Amino acid sequence: MIGALHDVRMPGGAQAEAIVTLWHWLLPICAVVFAALMVALVIALKRAPRADESTAPDVSPLTAREPQVARVVWAAVVVSTVLLLVLLAVSVFTDRALARLPLTNAVQIELTGYQWWWEARYDDSDPSRIFTTANELHVPVGRPVIVSLAGADVIHSFWVPSLAGKKDLIPGRETTVSFRADRPGIYRGQCAEYCGYQHAHMMFYVIADKPDDYERWAARQREPARAPVTAQETRGRDLFVAKSCAMCHAIGGTAAEARHAPDLTHVASRMTLAAGTLQNTTGARAAWILDPQQFKPGAAMPPQNLSADELSAINAYLGSLS
Amino acid sequence: MTRALSLALLAVLALAACQRESRSFVPPTKSVTPPPVRLSAIQPGAIATDTSIEQKYEDNAYALSEGKKLFGWYNCSGCHAQGGGDKGPALMDNVWIYGSKPAQIYATIAEGRPNGMPSFGGHIPDNEIWELVAYVRSLSGLTSNNASPNRSDSMHVKKPESNTEEQKPVVAAPSGASERP
Repeated sequence: MIGALHDVRMPGGAQAEAIVTLWHWLLPICAVVFAALMVALVIALKRAPRADESTAPDVSPLTAREPQVARVVWAAVVVSTVLLLVLLAVSVFTDRALARLPLTNAVQIELTGYQWWWEARYDDSDPSRIFTTANELHVPVGRPVIVSLAGADVIHSFWVPSLAGKKDLIPGRETTVSFRADRPGIYRGQCAEYCGYQHAHMMFYVIADKPDDYERWAARQREPARAPVTAQETRGRDLFVAKSCAMCHAIGGTAAEARHAPDLTHVASRMTLAAGTLQNTTGARAAWILDPQQFKPGAAMPPQNLSADELSAINAYLGSLS
Repeated sequence: MTRALSLALLAVLALAACQRESRSFVPPTKSVTPPPVRLSAIQPGAIATDTSIEQKYEDNAYALSEGKKLFGWYNCSGCHAQGGGDKGPALMDNVWIYGSKPAQIYATIAEGRPNGMPSFGGHIPDNEIWELVAYVRSLSGLTSNNASPNRSDSMHVKKPESNTEEQKPVVAAPSGASERP
């Protein structure tokens, strides 16, 4: 729905390039092996002895061996061993390339998978510079990114085909994946481990920015939410913290501090809602607030009993949180 | 022929057994008003009881496990400590200060109670309050063991609710009430 890259064959960084190289070795070799096997099968079927009542019984002595069998078997064993060794070598070199990404000056992100969305916490040695966002990662081009992965409820899996992955997010265990985006662009990611009813609606985007743009974005994310300007926005904020929204969501700088659902401090700066389910437009946001189960049945967000002007006030406030 | 028929009948029976519960993600569009809470057992005429709302949640494993999740999310454990009780009274025993009936627990959660229980009405959608009611009752084994949760997402700190024996409710004064001057 958004012009985002989601293709293993179009790498956007060093890690994905190593993986696509492995793919370029694996695909032709496996295709040739498959074709050879099929040819051998057809030959075997053609040559299979078919006997009826008129056929003379085979009375050749057991010691007489069929000619050429030994030669064919040996040739097949040697060829398969060589091909398997080639694949093994290529995958070892791929692993080495993946492990040898220089990690100096890396961006550290803690990514937690929930049913069914992603929470990203940008770590920093200075605690005041740590910030939390959801379902959308921005990374600087040319700088390595270390993502520590954790699952909050069930096993999820991190996969951005054009950048890195897959790596599972396992509850109670921390894993890491590192990658580097070399070309600016929008890359689509997807949960790659079946995690429940809305597994297919568990997407995220990795946006590779030029370093300056990234720093500007990060500085904005560190700030608390923009204060409401109009009377309607003010009413929206007051409703947000007084109604059920604040039971699960957080907006920096307000009384809403719960951490069970995506952080909405800068929700208007994101492209999508509900982990890629809907475009983040005014209309879609209103529809999502009123009846999320229509779009993502089973998601934790409950339908809201709001009057029309309450809804538009909350929606206007959320739309102002860029 | 008879054998085939009886086999088919058995298969149909087996299929029928699959229908343990259905998950309803969409709560009724109108808010579910709880039945009026009765403060006295004495009443004129025949006893009027409508338990259809609470039964819908208590017999449903999904609603009960959602209640368990929300019990953690909305910080019930902050005072009731996983049901064992801390600042708030224990929920896994048989003592009920404000009543053990679903409508009474609904009122406790929605309207709050003196001495510390906050009111959550308006902050939590009605269907979620009903899920919490069902889960709170399962803590002392008042719901069916077939539907009660038997695992936690985090480490177990007590017996699973599905393995809790029914604690016959008794009504009691708030703890410490007798010690007050």
